[in-house]
Amino acid sequence: MSAEIELSDVRQVFRVRGDEGREVQEFVALDGLDLTVREGEFLTLVGPSGCGKSTILDLISGLSTPSGGSVKVGGRQVKEPGLDRGFVFQQYTLLPWRTALANIEFALEAKGGLSKAKRRERALEYLDLVGLSDFANRFPHELSGGMKQRVAIARSLSYEPEVLLMDEPFGALDAQTRERLQEELVGIWRRTGTTIVFITHDIEEAVFLGQRVAVMSSRPGRIEAVIDIELDRAATDEDIRSTAAFSHYRHQIWSLLRPEGVHRGAHLEEVHRVA
Amino acid sequence: MPISKRCIALPDLLMERTEARPNQRQEEAAGVRHAPKVRRRANRVLRGVAGLLLLAAIWEFAPRLGLVNSYFIPPLSKVLDTWWHLLVTGQLWTHVSISLVRAGVGFSLALAIGIPLGAAIAWYPPVRELVTPVLELFRNTAALALLPVFVLILGIGETSKIAIVTYACVFPILLNTVSGVSSVDQQLLRTARVLGLSPVATFRKVVFPAALPTIFTGIRIAGAAAVLVLLAAEMIGATSGLGFLINYSQNNFLIPQMYAAILTTSLLGLAINYGLVALERRLSRWRV
Repeated sequence: MSAEIELSDVRQVFRVRGDEGREVQEFVALDGLDLTVREGEFLTLVGPSGCGKSTILDLISGLSTPSGGSVKVGGRQVKEPGLDRGFVFQQYTLLPWRTALANIEFALEAKGGLSKAKRRERALEYLDLVGLSDFANRFPHELSGGMKQRVAIARSLSYEPEVLLMDEPFGALDAQTRERLQEELVGIWRRTGTTIVFITHDIEEAVFLGQRVAVMSSRPGRIEAVIDIELDRAATDEDIRSTAAFSHYRHQIWSLLRPEGVHRGAHLEEVHRVA
Repeated sequence: MPISKRCIALPDLLMERTEARPNQRQEEAAGVRHAPKVRRRANRVLRGVAGLLLLAAIWEFAPRLGLVNSYFIPPLSKVLDTWWHLLVTGQLWTHVSISLVRAGVGFSLALAIGIPLGAAIAWYPPVRELVTPVLELFRNTAALALLPVFVLILGIGETSKIAIVTYACVFPILLNTVSGVSSVDQQLLRTARVLGLSPVATFRKVVFPAALPTIFTGIRIAGAAAVLVLLAAEMIGATSGLGFLINYSQNNFLIPQMYAAILTTSLLGLAINYGLVALERRLSRWRV
């Protein structure tokens, strides 16, 4: 199951207070942002810290509503959170008093319409999808960081959402675990065909995972460029990260993200517009 | 020289906590556990028992050797003898059961009031801001200071005793419920919202279980407060109960009986505390 996501001319403004002075100001997080994610696509979103990446996911998930513009999923305007969209956060968000299995059942209880036995069966099935069948009865504190995130992914997939939103889910993991989970995630995506929007600040992660990489600029956040990634992923025994094509993409995005340099002109213009 | 010195020395906190040991990952990878040099578990029980025996010995022999006045502090054996007598004649149970009922009813009422009220207060931030100063004022008013007020309004019967216990217990439970509920991990709340959980379901499945350890801290404080306040209330105006028994014995110079009653309150307090700790452990097996 999958759906298209369409953000057009999205603006998001927060009320903030400065470090000095107590008067309330407006903080423009996103302005004039356009982004379309195709049905069944794996899109990664990179950008400097604080550029509004997470704000975009909050809008798509319905946790917040935009100050302006429109956010549509599957052609319908997003008004509130719904089970057609799954969300995996960076922090571990498993309920610590429930076992791995019961954490997945928790999502299925929210979905409703399934008997207790059916919920259990489905939860086991998804635990198996992320390779944790043997850890069904472990509590979160007995699992490693990577395992916890696997359970969180299984939980988000268990109710079969059309869209999976992931906010730096591997950010807190060590490099080896992260690489393994990246590979597993691509595998899961291929099997389920769910539309995935994946946020990261790691350029390599963005290139490795995404069919397309959307590069963001900050203040206010908007999409600077969207780059198609065409890598030969068929050769499974090859280290894709060390190919020439991979480093070409990596460098391209790196240049786009560099604050000064090629894009200085564009940047100055933006600053001007904000002022 | 330092090595030999260390072997004889009494193990101190620094030695115990900074002892060289495999780190957690190594232990996990090898599936083993560090064996501390100071064999703690067995030693701990032995030392604990020795400490108790030492106290008993001091209590027994200090009066016998004339170190303290044996009329005011009778030897332990005499106290235990009286205690046994009170037990077999059923007198002790009469007083204990009355105290237990008063404490139990007061404590249960406090639970029934404190938890729902605390949850409601915490759920609505404006309500919380409205009542927090009032609650702080009441909490810092010692329950015993209000005892005359309770007696004035409710008389010296059962009602005033149960009411004072409820009053003393309700604040720790209420305030801990408020703090437990309002400090629930926002990430868990976001997860609940993403799953489209209703506020009621969110409370039942996420907020309450998350707040339970904090609430339990309040419950344990309330357990101790219940015994304390009840004893004081029974000392002031009652014709039964452990507090009455202590006070009555002292007034009539039944000194061993007074100590027997005091000892019973210690055991009661211990039993309540350990009972609550055991319950807490059962309910929070998921914690580290």
